[in-house]
Amino acid sequence: MTRTGAQILWEALVREDVSTVFGYPGGAILPAYDAMLEFPIKHVLVRHEQGATHMADGYARAGGGVGVAIATSGPGATNMVTGIATAMLDSSPIVCITGQVPSKVIGSDAFQETDITGVTLPITKHNYLVTRPQDVARTVKEAFYVAKSGRPGPVLIDITKDAQQASCEVEWDDSAVRLPGYRPDLRATEEVYRRAIDMINGAKRPLIFTGHGVMLSGAMDVVRTIAERANIPVAMTLLGIGSFPAQHELNLGMMGMHGEAWVNSAIQEADLLLAFGMRFDDRVTGNLATYAPKAKKIHVDIDPTEFNKNVKVDVALTGDLRTVLEEILPRITEGDRSEWLAAINQMKGDSAVKDIQNLPDSGHLYAAHVIHDLWRVTEGNALVVTDVGQHQMWEAQYYKHERPRSLITSGGLGTMGFALPAAIGAKFACPDAEVWALVGDGGFQMTMAELATIAQEQIKVNVAIVNNGYLGMVRQWQEFFYDRRYAATPLLSPDFVKLAEAYGLSGMAVTKRAGVVPGIEAARDHTGAVILDFKVEQEDSVFPMVPAGADLDQMIRRPSPNPIVETAAD
Amino acid sequence: MRHTFAVYVEDAPGVLNRVASLFRRRAFNIESLTVGHTETEGVSRMTIVADADAHGAHRIESNLYKLVNVLRVDDLTAKPFVERDLVMIKVAATPETRTHIMQLVDVFRARVIDVAPDSVIIETTGTEDKIDGLVEVLKQYGVMEMVRTGRVAMARGQTLGGLGDGVERGTKVAGAVPADDTNVSSTV
Repeated sequence: MTRTGAQILWEALVREDVSTVFGYPGGAILPAYDAMLEFPIKHVLVRHEQGATHMADGYARAGGGVGVAIATSGPGATNMVTGIATAMLDSSPIVCITGQVPSKVIGSDAFQETDITGVTLPITKHNYLVTRPQDVARTVKEAFYVAKSGRPGPVLIDITKDAQQASCEVEWDDSAVRLPGYRPDLRATEEVYRRAIDMINGAKRPLIFTGHGVMLSGAMDVVRTIAERANIPVAMTLLGIGSFPAQHELNLGMMGMHGEAWVNSAIQEADLLLAFGMRFDDRVTGNLATYAPKAKKIHVDIDPTEFNKNVKVDVALTGDLRTVLEEILPRITEGDRSEWLAAINQMKGDSAVKDIQNLPDSGHLYAAHVIHDLWRVTEGNALVVTDVGQHQMWEAQYYKHERPRSLITSGGLGTMGFALPAAIGAKFACPDAEVWALVGDGGFQMTMAELATIAQEQIKVNVAIVNNGYLGMVRQWQEFFYDRRYAATPLLSPDFVKLAEAYGLSGMAVTKRAGVVPGIEAARDHTGAVILDFKVEQEDSVFPMVPAGADLDQMIRRPSPNPIVETAAD
Repeated sequence: MRHTFAVYVEDAPGVLNRVASLFRRRAFNIESLTVGHTETEGVSRMTIVADADAHGAHRIESNLYKLVNVLRVDDLTAKPFVERDLVMIKVAATPETRTHIMQLVDVFRARVIDVAPDSVIIETTGTEDKIDGLVEVLKQYGVMEMVRTGRVAMARGQTLGGLGDGVERGTKVAGAVPADDTNVSSTV
């Protein structure tokens, strides 16, 4: 059958089970948009192409599939760069499709021409420039395969306008993708397994680390079985939150810069670290020279380039995490590690726990109150999408996630403006989920134009703004490390309630602790999207904090006496 | 220390850019890179010389493997291998000095490939040391122009026989082996 490149594109996408795409039309992608009307595709019109990529990312992270974003050439394509880099750093499978100027004028600085494959080369897992309709079907198939297999990541397909317009015979090929240089299926040798298992069974003070890879590999239940059988406590990275039930007795919580104090102390005391699908980011390790000095390290990852990149490991197990753990599981002996668990409990007791949520109302509203109450009211069942900064860390500390894919956040790149569009994408992937975008007043203003997308699509995504009038995390660093010189961090914001109304949504401001629960309940009950503007204590900081490059157990603790009293009760 | 890699890549647009970009963004120190066709159609071979310790060399190898278009990477450094660099040197030559230059060329087993009234072009292949030695002795006559190809390298014997030889790919990445024997990835 003869079809145009544009028709082949959509048919290929439908064959990859794509039902929803996020995009913005323009000249070089017009033929594709025209052909789209013939296919069973839901197109979500965004307000900025960065939003399209974050939506695709949120869609992929919430639903476990591949997210698709589409844009025109030039500025449409370059606007996608931040979203692509975000997906790259967090191993999120998205496919970005961009129009390109006609092939015969490539290189002539034609109107809206940008070398987007060149621009995105270092921030995509792979990318393609397609100049002939004959190559469209194969390229789409390869792109989806590369995006979701192995360590997932973003793939960009740049299609020239003439390749969309020209026609060719198309035959659909159901055979396997042929990519001889791409090996997502490496596995470790038996000898490596044997060393790992001996280490695990012999360890007295082991810790399991869970990262995003646990979710990506669907290994939650195997991790839990191993932890329970061997009595090994579990600590998680920011992106690992949800990989292990928060209220499980073996759960320790988040590690790293703003991790629980006892987790970081336990890491420094452990004799074995089992790193599952995480990459020892600098926000997790602190000073590498003094990191976990007593511990042997076993690292399981599907991407061999992560081994020994930051932390020197003793055993590196290459492979899909679930496959590797299923092989390990039968050979793990039941362990009594009560001494070690008791020692960690002792650390918890010794630590000034940050539990401030249950304190009586002192007139001041703290972000911790907001997040704790959001957790209580939603009974921990919300799908929370956070932006980047203080509120992100408070969410990680105070919202208890029992299920995977219930926290979506920009970890590696730390992209402000991520939350609102990613929450929209998550809502399309999980229409029945209660989706909350939890944002700061700074990051929200970077992409708040997507409120119009919420209004146009008539979806229910609630927005909780932790509004402290500062770029809070930067202000905190200025307070701690720059002598309280608040350069460019005080932040004026619009009236968010009026803003919500301007978009045809509802808004409500909350200034007192007593107003938090009623506000959240009202937002849940309302049929449309609601923006809750929580005006919180302006100069509150996230504690504990490991300063960048400091030893992991050298944490800045909440100063005392302080308006917020810490108690040992968690 | 200096590591020499033989890298097989798909002969596709932009592959050289992908490899070069990898070295740049991972801050690997590249000394020379050459690329050309191989005995297999559609496959090019690069010789990359980089300054790295053992850990760094391993990172270079595993990162190269991550590129979709890279078929195979061999770190030749610890193996017996031969390497060659080709150079052309244009040296100022008068009727008086030409004979001297020709004698030096003979000593270094180089060749004169062009003679002009006031210059000669000398060509030689060899190791970097040999070429540096030749350049050094020619300086007194006046080196007008020089061009070098950069190093190409090949392992001795039959340890590495190019592609299509049944040798497993990616076997040196952290003790990992491919899950199956074929060279084609299956869809998920």
